[in-house]
Amino acid sequence: MKDYKPAVHFHQVHYTIENTKILKNITGSFPEGRITTLVGPSGAGKSTLLKLCNGLLSPDSGEIFIKNKGITAYDPVELRRLVGMALQSAPMVEGTVFKNMSLPMKLQGKHLPEEVAAGLLDDVGLGEEYLHRSSKELSGGQRQKVSIARTLVNRPQILLLDEITSSLDRSSTQEIEELIVKINRKYGATMVWITHNLRQALEVGEYTWVMMEGEVVETGESELLHNPENEKVQRFVKGDGE
Amino acid sequence: MSYLTLAITLIFVLIPLVLSKTLNLGLERDTIIATIRSIVQLLAIGYVLQFVFETENFIFIFLMVSLMIVTATLNARKKGSSIQGITWKVAVTLVFVEILTQSILLGFKIVPPTAQYIISISGMVIGNSMVLAILFLNRFTSEVEARQDETELILSLGGTPKQAIHNQLIQAIKASMIPTIESQKTVGLVQLPGMMSGQIIAGADPIQAVQFQLLILFLLLTTASVTSVMLGYLSYPTLFNQRMQLLRKT
Repeated sequence: MKDYKPAVHFHQVHYTIENTKILKNITGSFPEGRITTLVGPSGAGKSTLLKLCNGLLSPDSGEIFIKNKGITAYDPVELRRLVGMALQSAPMVEGTVFKNMSLPMKLQGKHLPEEVAAGLLDDVGLGEEYLHRSSKELSGGQRQKVSIARTLVNRPQILLLDEITSSLDRSSTQEIEELIVKINRKYGATMVWITHNLRQALEVGEYTWVMMEGEVVETGESELLHNPENEKVQRFVKGDGE
Repeated sequence: MSYLTLAITLIFVLIPLVLSKTLNLGLERDTIIATIRSIVQLLAIGYVLQFVFETENFIFIFLMVSLMIVTATLNARKKGSSIQGITWKVAVTLVFVEILTQSILLGFKIVPPTAQYIISISGMVIGNSMVLAILFLNRFTSEVEARQDETELILSLGGTPKQAIHNQLIQAIKASMIPTIESQKTVGLVQLPGMMSGQIIAGADPIQAVQFQLLILFLLLTTASVTSVMLGYLSYPTLFNQRMQLLRKT
């Protein structure tokens, strides 16, 4: 980790909702340009952590630095374009795939050329013919791909992926895994990916955070999952997730 | 109509009471309370109106209209309790709608500036505005809750709160206005408006009664649109904080 610049750094971050401590004293970094996976049981606070990076939530206390700049120094709109996020449910607005792809530009009062949209769809492994298809006709895997392509329209330097393969079949999951690596290589984006699947963390992820009950229990190169130091993590790994 | 004749009309209250008792609907108590309240409230307001119409004093007109706005606000705000500062937002909307409509009516000399016209029309405008506010708030709060994913998506892509809530706002505005528009489409064919029927029963020329009813119908269109749009644009910013984050209910 010492060799890498942090793209995101947390310093003693706490987050509480309705008197429940969701995140407790989070300190650590996501290395720049690499694929970091967040693993841990449900309710560990992983999704909340991603929302803090994207500015959808703010911590109760502590500091978050994005590219060495305090998160509060960013304008929220600027921050969310810099730190893109693909949501777990991959929500689509009503209409065609192109309408969905155009959304980030429309929000800025700009127009997305069709060829740019087609290029991004091609990047995520969907052909140009999908552009004018209704978003309702898409399968789960295709929705996730469109969701990622839509996020890429803003050219984010950091891309947050919230359990995007959790409801997909095996072949779609494999396609998304390949896509994550491809985007990381092509755009040089820092990727932070929540997954319950330890195989994904080992095979696709390069760096890993293990989170449990709102705390970061262990971090390091993904190989740590082969031989974790922490007892809780050892038990978690043996149980392969949940 | 004499009080004796009026008393005979209580037969219309007796019928639902008998039905409720026979079918065990359990509505007897509520029906009796509603009947007593309507008798007391309407008779009281009748005497108050008689006094205000006779005195033609602006202060009394102002007090009557203020009372209507306060009562309507207290009633409508219940549906938007999750929206911060909903009481003053509803109150400001009702006051604005009242000022707007009365300014047009009195400014263009459409109706004379007498207590009889101002109070009667204000009652219809404020009452309609209150119902619209309730319909709007009901729909808006459920739209916001049901479509949190969509709101979060637009915020996460760098959209502003206004952009993130736009679809929900438009849906709620449209849904609250539809009953007003739809009822106007069938007016005269399905139902004769109460005010027009009342005028005709009281001996007014039907054409004159229709003309006046048209005025009220057009007025209610403005009331409906201004109420829902204004309340919508006053309400949505309170759902977000300064960092453009959707506030969760705690």
